Amino acid sequence: MGDPITAISLWLDGLLAGWGLAPALIIVIKALLGVGALATAVLLVDIFLVWVERKVVARFQDRLGPNRLGPFGLIQPFADVIKLLIKEDITPVGADRIVYNLAPIMALATVLLLWAVIPLAPTVVGTDVNVGVLYIVGVGALGTLGIIMAGWASNNKYALIGAFRTVAQMVSYEVPMVIALLVPVLLARSMGINSIVNAQDSYWFILVAPIAFLLTLITSIAELGRAPFDLVEAESEIVAGFHIEYTGMKFGLFYAGELLHALTLSGIVASLFLGGWRGPGAESFPLLGIVYFFAKAFFLYWVIMWVKYSLPRIRIDQMLNLNWKFLTPLSLVVLVVTALLDKALVGVQPWVYVLVLLAANLVIAWVTLQILRSRARKERQRVAEPRPIARPPAAPVSSQGA
Amino acid sequence: MTALQIIFLITAVITLGAAAMVVITRNLVHAALWLIMTFFGISVLYVLLNAGFLAVAQVVIYIGAISILMIFAIMLTRRVQQDFGPQTNAAWPWALVIAAALFGGLIWIFSGWGNFFTQAPVMGERADPLRQLGMALVSPEQYVIPFEVASVMLTAALIGAIMVAWERK
Repeated sequence: MGDPITAISLWLDGLLAGWGLAPALIIVIKALLGVGALATAVLLVDIFLVWVERKVVARFQDRLGPNRLGPFGLIQPFADVIKLLIKEDITPVGADRIVYNLAPIMALATVLLLWAVIPLAPTVVGTDVNVGVLYIVGVGALGTLGIIMAGWASNNKYALIGAFRTVAQMVSYEVPMVIALLVPVLLARSMGINSIVNAQDSYWFILVAPIAFLLTLITSIAELGRAPFDLVEAESEIVAGFHIEYTGMKFGLFYAGELLHALTLSGIVASLFLGGWRGPGAESFPLLGIVYFFAKAFFLYWVIMWVKYSLPRIRIDQMLNLNWKFLTPLSLVVLVVTALLDKALVGVQPWVYVLVLLAANLVIAWVTLQILRSRARKERQRVAEPRPIARPPAAPVSSQGA
Repeated sequence: MTALQIIFLITAVITLGAAAMVVITRNLVHAALWLIMTFFGISVLYVLLNAGFLAVAQVVIYIGAISILMIFAIMLTRRVQQDFGPQTNAAWPWALVIAAALFGGLIWIFSGWGNFFTQAPVMGERADPLRQLGMALVSPEQYVIPFEVASVMLTAALIGAIMVAWERK
């Protein structure tokens, strides 16, 4: 009884075959039903995420958050949705109507596409493509496209500047992200997410690749465009960036897409580094796997929120410096070291393998911190040097008293 | 007709229609978006051919990098919106003749091919085209030299880009 999804699938097989349908058609119908069920479930979680977001940010800011509607304010997201639905729907003058309306759909749909490859439990896998990691990167690019479309079609300068910033951020942060994602691929000998989760049966990859885990998490936050990387929608500079002109449910789609994207990327990082659905008893009771998966995903989601509500926004030059001068070289070093050690440690005991890789990661981290410290010292000296200060010119001799 | 053929026909119509829209539409950003649609259709065709890696690479490279750079460049130029001039010049009959001749030539070549109704070989459960591709790229008997030459060229381009952008002190 621990595997209701396989049971439902078998029951549907029998039912549809009993109606005299061809086997190929049964596969198509089951795939459509599966897509519908998964997308619906994910979007229901998304409604709940609005409540989680508001409640957690309230706690970080020493408030209570929504607490009037229902127990713990649980009905609040429905009130939010109704508010968004009955707001006036405004299309700005000069907007490109089709692209303008397509953009929010793109923003949410690309997030839903990611769930196709995430294994939720040993038997609940959307589709087991053997290029899963690359697929995630590709779908991420489609998400960027939705933001560009929104920024351009709104016919608004702030929106366009937001879109430019998005492109600069996404294109540059894709580099360390892809390199860091190569580390679990290398450890699992496969690009499929399902195979990567299966390869973590004796140890989670966070033990052998903690730096790659952190790099993936940081670049994921950058790809999300959440604080401290939210200069895409910096309120103080460009009002709200790409979604400035959107009202009502169209804005709601961007908002829901952002929240769901955060949970989705948390789930992906959990699958790649924290063992995904793995946990005690998950093999025999696949439903337990779903629980473990969402527990890990929500933990990382909470970490992302913690970062978001603790750190100030960084400037665009700091953002690019962090990427090209810190994350990219570090990810390259981690990848090369992991590859060499992995080749050198063929045939040793798993615990030796884990210990050596962990030690190597710690050494890399220590050296990185030393380099950063010396750079910071130089930077502090540079800032502390006396700088030319503009002084007001000497006041001309006045002749008022004459 | 099998389900695969139906999917292929739908994809082919969408891809060809989007490709035609790329040259017909007067708005450059729309042209770029139609081009993305075309690339997406081609990647669906790769999926239908069991070439998952090529399909995803198509999305990552052509949509994720090239098209987005194109849109970026279009947005940064002036007169993004419309161009009301004529869409053809005086030489269009010649272009039509050459295009028709090329199309006829292709049809003529393919008419003698005769393999249209061969079924694709069924891949076994253990077949892993991705692994085979990876092995082929690094095995000395196959493509290691082109692969390495391409890598060296890309590295040279990367270093060149850094040199060009280097701040002269």
